[in-house]
Amino acid sequence: MDLIAVVQILDSTLRLATPLLFAALAGLISERAGVFDIGLEGKMLAAAFFSAAFAFTTGNVWLGLCAGIIASMFLSLIHGVASITFRGNQLISGVAINFLAAGLTVVIAQNWFRQGGRTPTLTGDARFPRLDLPGAEAVRDVPVLGPFYSVILSGHSILVYVGLLCVPLTWYVLFRTRFGLRLRAVGENPAAVDTAGISVVGLRYGAVMICGVLCGLAGAYLATGLSAGFVKDMTAGRGFIALAAMIFAKWRPWHALGAVLLFGLLEAIANRYQNIDLGFMVLPAQFMQALPYILTVVILAGFVGRAIPPRAGGEPYVKER
Amino acid sequence: MTLHARLLGAAAFTALSAGVAAADPALVYDLGGKFDKSFNEAAFMGAERWAAETGGSYRDIEMQSEAQREQALRRLAEAGQNPIVTTGFAFSSVLNEVAPDYPDTKFAIIDGFVEQPNVLSILFSEHEGSYLVGMLAGMASESGTVGFVGGMDIPLIRRFGCGYAQGVLAANPDATIVANMTGTTPSAWNDPVRGGEITQAQISQGADVVYAAAGGTGVGVLQTAADAGILSIGVDSNQNYLHPGQVLTSMLKRVDNAVFDAFEAGADLDSGVLIMDLAAGGVDWALDEHNEALITDEMREAVEAAADAIRSGELVVHSYTDDDSCPVLSF
Repeated sequence: MDLIAVVQILDSTLRLATPLLFAALAGLISERAGVFDIGLEGKMLAAAFFSAAFAFTTGNVWLGLCAGIIASMFLSLIHGVASITFRGNQLISGVAINFLAAGLTVVIAQNWFRQGGRTPTLTGDARFPRLDLPGAEAVRDVPVLGPFYSVILSGHSILVYVGLLCVPLTWYVLFRTRFGLRLRAVGENPAAVDTAGISVVGLRYGAVMICGVLCGLAGAYLATGLSAGFVKDMTAGRGFIALAAMIFAKWRPWHALGAVLLFGLLEAIANRYQNIDLGFMVLPAQFMQALPYILTVVILAGFVGRAIPPRAGGEPYVKER
Repeated sequence: MTLHARLLGAAAFTALSAGVAAADPALVYDLGGKFDKSFNEAAFMGAERWAAETGGSYRDIEMQSEAQREQALRRLAEAGQNPIVTTGFAFSSVLNEVAPDYPDTKFAIIDGFVEQPNVLSILFSEHEGSYLVGMLAGMASESGTVGFVGGMDIPLIRRFGCGYAQGVLAANPDATIVANMTGTTPSAWNDPVRGGEITQAQISQGADVVYAAAGGTGVGVLQTAADAGILSIGVDSNQNYLHPGQVLTSMLKRVDNAVFDAFEAGADLDSGVLIMDLAAGGVDWALDEHNEALITDEMREAVEAAADAIRSGELVVHSYTDDDSCPVLSF
C-alpha cells in the first residue's frame, strides 16, 4: 500500500463519514435531552428524497437542502408529539418513522416523477459542487502536508465542511452554554430541571428539532452531494450505523467524530480492496463489510468500557401529581 | 378458526371465479424494483410490448421483502393467472415449493433453475455478452486498467465479471481488471452512494472504463464515471442514453424477449430449461446514436468477429457457474 492509496482511502473516508457524522450528532443531541431516536434512518431518507425532488424541480440545490431539512424536521415533530407530548414509547415512534419514510418517499416519488420511486438524475446547479479550499493547488507538491490538504481536505462538497464544523459547535453548545447545560440536565434528571422552573417539554422539543435539522443535512448530502438523485432506500442502514457510532462515542461529540471516521475508514477500505492479504491469511471482502457491525457488537458488549446512556433517556417526563 | 375457514373459502372462491375468466399472464419483479432502469425494467418492457401487440392484459407485482415471495406466487396462482413469470434467482427455492401445488399453472423463472414439470427455467449466457463488452472495454481503455462493479455477491454476478475479464484480456492481454462487489445482502442492488465510492476507488487505481452489473447501484456507478470523465458500461437494459457520449456500451440481456415469448406462449408454455445465449439472441451489446462516436470501426469489427465465433461455437467463453471458479479473475 503506497502513500497515494492511503491518501485516496482517507479522502473517501471523509466523504463516507459525513452522513454518519450528521446523523450521529443528531442522535446525540436528541438522546442527551432524554429522547431516544431510532428514526434517524427514516429522517435521512425523507430528507434525501425531498432535497433531490426540490433540487430537481427548482434547479437550485440550496432550495433542495431547505426542503430536505423541513421534511426531516416535520418527521422530528411527529416524533416529538408522539413521545414528548403524548408520552408514547420513543422506540416505537422511531420505528414508525422509519417505515413511514421508507414507504412515503417511494409513493410520492412515483406520483411526482413516474420513474418508479426515484427522482430524475440531477445535473448542474441541482447538485452540490466540489469545493476547492484556498491554496489547495499551491501546496499540492509539499510533501506529506500537501496531499493531506489538497486531496483529503479539499475538493469535497460544502456540506462536508459544515459537518466538520458541527462537531466543535455541538461540543460548545452542549458543554459551554446555558442551553446545553439544561439540555443535558433534562436527559439526566428532568424533575430537577422542572423544579428550577424550566420547561422540560420545551427543551426536549428544541433538541428533537435540532436533531431534525442535522438529519436533514445528512439526507441532503446523500442525495445531492454524494450521488445525483434519490433512489429508494438509499440510506442503506446508515442511520443505524450512526446510532452505533453515537453509542460507541458514549454520547460525546468529539468521540463521535472519531467513531464515524473509523466506520468511514472501514467502508473505504472494503470498497478499495476486495480481499486483504495479511501475509499469513486472506481476509475476504465479506469480513470487511461486516466489520463495522462486528465492531459495534464487540464495543456494546462492554469491551471498551461501559456505554451509559443519559439516565432519563427513553422515559417520557411526567410531572408529579 | 372460523376466520381461517372463511379465508380459505374466500380464496377458493376467488380461484374458481378467476379460473372461469380468461387466464391472464402475470409478472413478478424482484427486490430491485420494477423501474431499476435495468433487469426488472427490461422484464416490464417485454410485458408492455406484449400487451401493446396483442391487446391482452397482465398483472404484475413488485416484491418489497423476502417474505412476500411465496405469498405473491400463491395469490397469483390462486387468482388463475397463467403463466406466471418470475424474475431473479431468489425465486428458485420458493418456486420449487409452490409449483407442485398448482400443477395446472405454468411458471417461468428467469435467472433461476427449478426442476418441476410445470416450470420453465430461462437462463441467459451473461458471460458471452459480458465477454463482448469486455473486449470493447479493453480496446477503449487507454490506461490498460478497467473496472467491474458487481451488485450482490452471487455466482450469477460473478459470471458477468468473469466473462468481462476474459473479453478484456482477449482485447488487451496486459490489461489489469479491478473487480469489486457492492455487498452481500439484497440492499447491494440499491446503494448508488456505495456504487459511486467503489467507482471512485477504482478510478484512483487507474481504471478508465467501468462495467456495472449492479441493478440500481449501477446508476451511481455510471454517474460517478460520467462526473470523472471516464467511460462506463451499462447492463441488462440499454443504458447508453443515461449519459450520452460517456457510456461506452451496454450489455443487453434480452429479458424483455424472454417475458414476451413466455406471455405469447400463454398456458402452453413449455417446461424445462431454455438457454438464451448469444446465438439465440438472449444477450448482445448496444450500439445506438448515444455511443456510436465512441465505437470505432476497428472495435466494431473485432467484436462482431468474436460474436460470430461464439455463435458458431468456435470460441467458448468460460462460465463461472460451470465450476465456480474463474481462471482470469479472482473475486
